[in-house]
Amino acid sequence: MNISTLQESPLEPAAAIYRTVLPAGEPWIKLIKKGQTFRIVDLEGNQAVDTLFYNAHDYSERYSAMDTIREQGNVYLTTGSRLLSSDGNTMLVITADTCGRHDTIGGGCSAESNSVRYPLEKRYMHNCRDIFMQGLLQWGGGMDKREITSNINFFMNVPISPEGTLTFADGISEPGKYVEMRAEMDVICLISNCPQLNNPCNAYNPTPVSLLIWD
Amino acid sequence: MKFEPSLIRFEELLPGGWNCSHVLKRGTALRLTDLEGGANVSALFYNAHNSQERYNMPDTLKAQFISRIGKGNVCYSDMGRVLVSVIDDSCGWHDTISGVSNAATNRRNYGERGYQEARNGYYRNGHDSLLLELSKYGMGKRDLTATVNFFTRIVVDEDGKLSFDGTNSVAGSHVDIQAEMDTLVVLCSCPHPMDPRPEYAPGPVRLTVWDSGVAPKENSCRSFCPQNERGFINTARYHL
Repeated sequence: MNISTLQESPLEPAAAIYRTVLPAGEPWIKLIKKGQTFRIVDLEGNQAVDTLFYNAHDYSERYSAMDTIREQGNVYLTTGSRLLSSDGNTMLVITADTCGRHDTIGGGCSAESNSVRYPLEKRYMHNCRDIFMQGLLQWGGGMDKREITSNINFFMNVPISPEGTLTFADGISEPGKYVEMRAEMDVICLISNCPQLNNPCNAYNPTPVSLLIWD
Repeated sequence: MKFEPSLIRFEELLPGGWNCSHVLKRGTALRLTDLEGGANVSALFYNAHNSQERYNMPDTLKAQFISRIGKGNVCYSDMGRVLVSVIDDSCGWHDTISGVSNAATNRRNYGERGYQEARNGYYRNGHDSLLLELSKYGMGKRDLTATVNFFTRIVVDEDGKLSFDGTNSVAGSHVDIQAEMDTLVVLCSCPHPMDPRPEYAPGPVRLTVWDSGVAPKENSCRSFCPQNERGFINTARYHL
């Protein structure tokens, strides 16, 4: 795997204007203004941070995994990746990444997809779609299930093979690894800190993450 | 069921670069035939009775541990049900991850050509064409999600790098998509934005709707993986 893109950030946590710890299984939704820098820290390692972005002034414009992948010519996100919108505009740019690879193919879990991927009775477990919905309902403004499109899974490793298979591989993240991005427009960031208990990729142990914003 | 001409309900030619839609009833199938080779058909699928339920790319890929669609695969909705299954496929690889063309990619690849100049040969793009078709059903930008790009193959190497395979679909390639639920199928035959051919020359596709029945108790889509067995159980319960 190519991890030559590992890039540390010069920003000091003490200088951040916003800092919070998000426990696993909780939503987080917040405006990040153009020019601000946003960091997600994987506090205990191999946590999946399911993330979506919307143009804060017109949420019908949103993060597009397909356009991002195609225009950068690569399925994985890392330093230098421009996160593109459904209208082809740059929403954020990843400016630092000490993990090296983030997924944007694997999507989020839901009660319904749990019933397919695992035994049918695994439907009744806390899941990212419900958490995304909790965040959207908090935000209001008419946002609904249609807002939940293909998301980014920060710190998650979902390798695709040249033969067309996809696997959920062991994570490559570790405690303290982080990814940082600069907003190129005012965006609403929606996070579900993934509560999945059936997937070995997080060692069946969802953990908290730290979120920081700098002006 | 296996395709034979006596099962055909209707056929239509979708010219290259155009959009269309059809409510594919449960128990019928849509055959797409790439008449000249090198076509691209971008497709979206919705529950015909509730369009909030729609094709979900990540759920489709991770249930089946695939990054592309082929024979034996199914397309899942975001509600854990099988909208359509791929019961036959002479091509073998249909892209799921690279989206569609838009005004900017068309300008980059071909320049611009408007209707005044080119009449119905004007340059059309996937994004705008799919939005036009979705608008006929009261849908819009929020409903334009990841497409399946039939007949297109994007290879992903070990480092994640993408490349376009120009040899994927030969003239006469076909794929049969069987509706396991009443499914609104939205199609667009604009060129794939990574297609390196310098001319805007999207290929025509024949659409054939035929009586296929639904997936029987045993078929290659159900038995592809235990996940699909469960997906079909969810689908059967929906119809009770």
